[in-house]
Amino acid sequence: MPSSTQNIDQRRVVGVEAEIVTNVTSTDFPGHWPNEDHSWDINKFKQSFKVVFHKNSPLFAEFDLIHIDASIANTFRRILLAEVATLAIETVYVSNNTSIIQDEVLSHRLGLIPLTGDKAALRAMKWYTKAAPGEAARYPTDEDTIVLHLRAACERLPGAKKSETDPDKLYKNHSVHARDLIFEPAGKQVQTFAANPVRAANPDILIAKLRPGQEIDVTMHCVKGIGQDHAKFSPVATASYRLLPLIKIKKPILGRAAERFAACFPKGVIAFEADPNTGEKMAVVGNARNDTVSREVLRHEEFKGFVELGRVRDHFIFSIESSGQFDADELFLSAVATLKAKCTYLKRDTQRMLKKQALDARSGRDQSRLKRGDRGWME
Amino acid sequence: MSDQRESYQPPAGGAGRSYAGASAASGTMHYLCAECGVKVAINKGEPIRCKECGHRILYKQRTKRMVQFEAR
Repeated sequence: MPSSTQNIDQRRVVGVEAEIVTNVTSTDFPGHWPNEDHSWDINKFKQSFKVVFHKNSPLFAEFDLIHIDASIANTFRRILLAEVATLAIETVYVSNNTSIIQDEVLSHRLGLIPLTGDKAALRAMKWYTKAAPGEAARYPTDEDTIVLHLRAACERLPGAKKSETDPDKLYKNHSVHARDLIFEPAGKQVQTFAANPVRAANPDILIAKLRPGQEIDVTMHCVKGIGQDHAKFSPVATASYRLLPLIKIKKPILGRAAERFAACFPKGVIAFEADPNTGEKMAVVGNARNDTVSREVLRHEEFKGFVELGRVRDHFIFSIESSGQFDADELFLSAVATLKAKCTYLKRDTQRMLKKQALDARSGRDQSRLKRGDRGWME
Repeated sequence: MSDQRESYQPPAGGAGRSYAGASAASGTMHYLCAECGVKVAINKGEPIRCKECGHRILYKQRTKRMVQFEAR
């Protein structure tokens, strides 16, 4: 059979049956299986863990994380959604807005536009922190803020026919798009963003529609932020994973039945081979990755006992869709770096805490000894 | 939304700036006619009336002052 996933350790398989999903939790932890060592070991992990890329374009990456625990895969997903920093419009200064879109709504729309620009310069940007209430105002600098402008005024085009209904022929500037955002580099930004200026990642986003006499004139300040604060800072359109589907054909399915069997799955999931004995058409597993695990096959009486469905518990098919500021594969690396940094901080703080506890305990002991008049320990 | 309005701070030197449609010293104000949409300049003491169509309902123009919003 073409797929190596056919003979797989049963412990790694989540069973998918008609009305139940079985063996959901992993059991590879110490103390579950008698006389087996499942303690976590970095060398064991290094040997078994695998990353296989399937698609990798700037805006979309799909890869497999094999032999990893669900909690870690989920951590990466959550960090991607909420903790990788990106640049987004944060403050909007409206000088004029006579369009039908209210200032608040316009500001909100502007904030959600994904921006792009020189990646190194964006990464090097510092965090802008708002002044706390009562604190003196903090002024934005060229290190933490990007200034954008948007100016548009709609006019009638002269010489349009009275019966004309096409706005393109009637009016000038009747649609304001994300491409109309103008970057105003300040200070160092003139050099750092010279080759790759800050602009909208998708130039065709429609911001507002105008009619003659209406005008928009706004200045925007963009800052760095994380998705936890607001979804506009999330670097991904989606970051998700699914488990590798597993199809096990237990008895040969031949002839017309094989075709009916293949029709229960998405295209390409079931392939055909010639039966080695009779030469008849036989169903085999083709590309199980493409299966949606719809369980359609389990509804048919004729395939009862012929097939088992499942998913591989530690085989994650991870897919990342970037919103355009950074490449999808880079985002995953940043997520790994974020997790690593968090672990380092946790380790450092735990050690500090333990040290402090030990010190406190010792000084407590010393105090009580002093009270008792026992000086022997001091010599 | 309400705290956005509260966070508004008028730009520095705002006292010298002109208000919507007013040309600084003369006291002439510009309004928009509700009927024909034309811009009407009206001086102090003049009747409130459109000079093109004679309509008596005029709209005040939007402020040209900057207003700050959070893009959230």
